Amino acid sequence: MVETGFTVYLLAGAGVFIIGFHALLAQAHLLRRIMALNVMGSGVFMVFIALSARTAGEAPDPVPHAMVLTGIVVSVCATGLALALADRLQSVTGATELEGGPAPGPNAGSGGEESHP
Amino acid sequence: MTASWAMAVLVLGPLGGAAGAFAFPKGGRRLAGVAAVTAVLALLVLAREVVTNGVQLHRVGGWSAPLGIDLRGDGLAVLMLAITALIAGAVTLYAPPYFLPLAGAESRDRERWFWPLFLFLWSALNALFLSRDIFNLYVTLELLGFAAVTLVALAGKREALTATMRYLLVSLPASLFYLMGVALVYGQCATVDLSLLAAKAERGPVLWVALALMTGGLVAKAALFPLHFWLPPAHASAPAPVSALLSALVVKGPYYILLRLWFEAFPALMTPAVAQGLGALGAVAIVWGSIHALMQARLKLLVAYSTVAQLGYLFLLFPLAAVREGGWLAWNGGLLFLAAHACAKTALFLTAGNILQAAGHDRIKGLDGMTQVLPVSAFAFGLAGLSLAGLPPSSGFAGKWLLLSASLAQGQWWWAAVILGGSLLAAAYVMRVLSHAFTQVALATKPRPLPAVQEWTALVLAALAVGLGLAAQGPLDLLRLGAPVVLGGAGP
Repeated sequence: MVETGFTVYLLAGAGVFIIGFHALLAQAHLLRRIMALNVMGSGVFMVFIALSARTAGEAPDPVPHAMVLTGIVVSVCATGLALALADRLQSVTGATELEGGPAPGPNAGSGGEESHP
Repeated sequence: MTASWAMAVLVLGPLGGAAGAFAFPKGGRRLAGVAAVTAVLALLVLAREVVTNGVQLHRVGGWSAPLGIDLRGDGLAVLMLAITALIAGAVTLYAPPYFLPLAGAESRDRERWFWPLFLFLWSALNALFLSRDIFNLYVTLELLGFAAVTLVALAGKREALTATMRYLLVSLPASLFYLMGVALVYGQCATVDLSLLAAKAERGPVLWVALALMTGGLVAKAALFPLHFWLPPAHASAPAPVSALLSALVVKGPYYILLRLWFEAFPALMTPAVAQGLGALGAVAIVWGSIHALMQARLKLLVAYSTVAQLGYLFLLFPLAAVREGGWLAWNGGLLFLAAHACAKTALFLTAGNILQAAGHDRIKGLDGMTQVLPVSAFAFGLAGLSLAGLPPSSGFAGKWLLLSASLAQGQWWWAAVILGGSLLAAAYVMRVLSHAFTQVALATKPRPLPAVQEWTALVLAALAVGLGLAAQGPLDLLRLGAPVVLGGAGP
């Protein structure tokens, strides 16, 4: 039953995406947040792969596969960039988390939106 | 054929320059110069082709739309490419003297990385404006984001690195939200091509969710209220030429995709609620950003908050252009405003960089006597401020005037009130700076003179921000070519 499998994978992909996004907001440690982004990405890729089987009984659609491959390349680059930046941030500030306080300047008080604990 | 080459060069020229500058850091400046000249020439060729022969389509590798990747040069794309070439060209002139006095190993390092990243950014922007499918737009959006984020980190200080990380942690999930939307669109319509989607898209739950995800991600990247919080620290802590690129160009990338999505690919889903909602967020951004700009103690943060406010105006285009009568006026007004903002904001950030280098600080209270020290920069700030506040005959005025006319013709008077109120607030924060700058003081020490290029690039852009208002007809006529069907255009 291709149809059932399709729905399960689609919902699981959406679930993984949401779990990743939750972790991104809830976690403070930069390494955990970068991992959360990777989990979100995996969720998107799962949805893509599920979609390639959306028509029952036919050969899977190769276009989403090509898109996932591109997505993985982008995701590897993003992770590399984020890790390098986190490393530099730690060597300059000694912190592994973003400072929770408001942005620089006395009145940059939009800090309320950045309410990551 | 000629146009195909021009489009390829627009993307590959800066990209080749970036690779060269990365491999041979000493030649960075020269390579940037060559890449800039090449890109501008290619743009002129493309513009001429588009004006004489209409919309130009290039199928990469000879594969057609459902499988292959299309590049398309139409009026809107050419306008965006031209704005990009203008700002990037100015930055190419401004950056060498800007980085020069920062001697020492650390700053040499900074200039070394600036050139490849800057050219990479330019290439990504050109590719984004020429792309015709929503997946390719995702890829270019990510390339743009990587270059932009890394450029902010160049400042290297604690403050800048924190701002960079915050920017990255907004930019990456925003892209993933957009990509999830792309997946759902493909699942529903079996294509990612903008033109083909227009024919296939019908209202339904899957496409609503997809568009909500995509719009959410793009709005975060375009720093629309309430997702603007990352912008002021990132734009204010970057080196001046980088701030200019970010405020004038980078945030316009995701905005451009929003225009393509809502007006070209999915006009069927553009309900009054969507249009009014995006407009309402824009209106709040105008008020919120302007009030915060008024309260800043530092010049660069004032200019950055002003960007938050000015981006709000761009989103007024949605409720005003979505109505058939007067929609075309609003479309023109919004895009003219975009060009005006790009010129004015670049001038302001470059001026702020000049002040920072000459005075060693950018505290607004300490700007007394600026006209005596940096007369050209002060004049540039004044002219750019004129456009920001929307005083005639500036292009800021012309753009707002078109938006205003559309809103009154459609009976949507509330947007007119927002446009006028925002102009008053902008005038107030510009005057706050100018009142200090024009205060005459006895100067204790003679400040370090700046290279003329740094002052004059700012002035030329400020003059353009004003002058475009008088010569807007040509660029606006260009917009007719390949305009969205909902706006009375012939479409693809």
